[in-house]
Amino acid sequence: MIAFILRRIVQSILVMLVVALVSFSLFRYVGDPVATMLGQEATLQDRAELRERLGLNDPIVVQFWDFLSRAVTGDFGLSYRLQQPVMELILSRLPATLELALISGIVAFIVGVGLGVYTALNRRGVGSNSIMAVSLIGVSLPTFLIGVLLIWVFAVELQWLPSFGRGETVDLGSWTTGFLTESGRASLVLPVITLGLYQMTLIMRLVRSEMLEVLRTDYIKFARARGLSNRAINFGHALKNTLVPVITIAGLQMGSIIAFAIITETVFQWPGVGALFINSVQFVDVPVMAAYLLLISFIFVVINLIVDLLYYVVDPRLRVDRAAPGH
Amino acid sequence: MNRFARAWDSDVAYSFRHSPVAMVAAIVALTIILSAVLAPWIAPHEPFNPATLNLMDGFTPPGTPNAFTGNTFILGTDDQGRDILSAILYGARISLFVGFAAVVFAMVMGITLGLIAGWRGGWVDSLLMRIADVQMSFPSILIALLIFGVARGFIPQDMREDLAIWVLIVSIGLSDWVPFARVVRGSAMVEKNKEYVQAARVIGVHPTRIVVSHILPNVLGPVLVIATIHLALAIIAEATLSFLGVGVPPTQPSLGTLIRIGQGFLFSGEWWILLFPSVALLALALSVNLLGDWLRDALNPRLR
Repeated sequence: MIAFILRRIVQSILVMLVVALVSFSLFRYVGDPVATMLGQEATLQDRAELRERLGLNDPIVVQFWDFLSRAVTGDFGLSYRLQQPVMELILSRLPATLELALISGIVAFIVGVGLGVYTALNRRGVGSNSIMAVSLIGVSLPTFLIGVLLIWVFAVELQWLPSFGRGETVDLGSWTTGFLTESGRASLVLPVITLGLYQMTLIMRLVRSEMLEVLRTDYIKFARARGLSNRAINFGHALKNTLVPVITIAGLQMGSIIAFAIITETVFQWPGVGALFINSVQFVDVPVMAAYLLLISFIFVVINLIVDLLYYVVDPRLRVDRAAPGH
Repeated sequence: MNRFARAWDSDVAYSFRHSPVAMVAAIVALTIILSAVLAPWIAPHEPFNPATLNLMDGFTPPGTPNAFTGNTFILGTDDQGRDILSAILYGARISLFVGFAAVVFAMVMGITLGLIAGWRGGWVDSLLMRIADVQMSFPSILIALLIFGVARGFIPQDMREDLAIWVLIVSIGLSDWVPFARVVRGSAMVEKNKEYVQAARVIGVHPTRIVVSHILPNVLGPVLVIATIHLALAIIAEATLSFLGVGVPPTQPSLGTLIRIGQGFLFSGEWWILLFPSVALLALALSVNLLGDWLRDALNPRLR
């Protein structure tokens, strides 16, 4: 158990080091930092001094170490494009992304589980069949197209909902939220559907197939024989047992939601971290790119680590598999 | 003729003739691919040659004559008077080129690494599969985006536009090699212990030759299925990146770029600039995907 956890942690650290190396080389080798900082009028002596002061003459390993220790404290320097500290930029946009991702995740989970249970219990109904058909569209449409089509229908034709931005936000010190205003909540609707639709269909299909599986088992028949109410059987016994794999998958999907937020944010001009990253790629704004690279990798590594550990706790069979040699 | 008759009688062809979905998908996919390849000859206009454009033709709705020039365009025109149908044909050409090239890149890389991992085993195998595990835990569109961004940083500014398509191909390809490598590795591990391989080893055939001419042909079946399904994924990945404005350069618009352009005209009521490229992208991706699904079932002996 401890060996397994240690191995996973070492692996995560290795991944983070590789990502840090990529982001360090971006910093170090893309463009000339001295030229970027000094401008054209600087003398050769100024340049040499700045090189020395920035530590650019140090051995590369020392420079990498400096980069790491600054990265850990969140110091990525100034954005080339916006001339603001990168960490400040990211922190000011993080609430937008996290609110969007969190709400999408919750909505996808609740609606997904609900529809999954419904389609499993009424397998032959017209409702279930049409839900399954619509879910096929949800899986095969690319995210950005869903967003654009939603804007077309609900913002342009029907004019029910805003098509871009976060609406009015309320500043709570270090966190800005759109939950507290009417326009903020209305602005959330379309992006949340766009971002959550794919995960929702995924969860729905998973719950449906797991439910169908469980409903066929002996202990469900037994519960019926005991005369339990349908409600107690479906929700107390069947649903409870399907939720273990569903929760782990849903947890794993949280990373994907944050990744796909890049697309949704661009479609809806949502002022989040993903849109910031896309802009930085377009303008080759290296400090922002490097910081985002590290941030998103860190989020993913942590989520995967937690899910792996959860699997291990939940499913005892894995412990035997992991002990087998060669893998 | 004899060979054709034999192909017509084969199991796969039989399954094809009895699957209406596969036939419709094949017709749609082939139509799009053919018209994209033949775009320079069959497109009614040259959308990216400024000399042939007339700004007065701008914003002509589909199928109705333009108010000033009297020209009619089947699918309408955009703000600069470009014929949407021609733009779609040329755009599909670029989307398909990037998609095919990216899948070939991923396939070659995946097969090579998979064969090495499966044949050599040991630490090489563990290392490659560990890397594959880590990569699989990130969504591939995110990996493609990150690779594209990093590569863009390293390319000197004056070459960025020219190299953009190739960088895009490599990024999507690199984000997609894992499924190929896993399948090839699995099959290679099974094949390498079979008797014909042992026989080849005993008579002293060079290992490289055993892998390439004996093992490789036997692992290609599943690779073909993955390649078809991943062609659809690569086309969508390309469209997504181009839609985000970080894919192909604006001078060579793909279907994703056209959709991006079209989104800008939604609010002014020119819906056709958005709708037709989206339909083309969907038809292409969906038909290729359905073909891949059919091929997977047709090549699976257990489902016969």
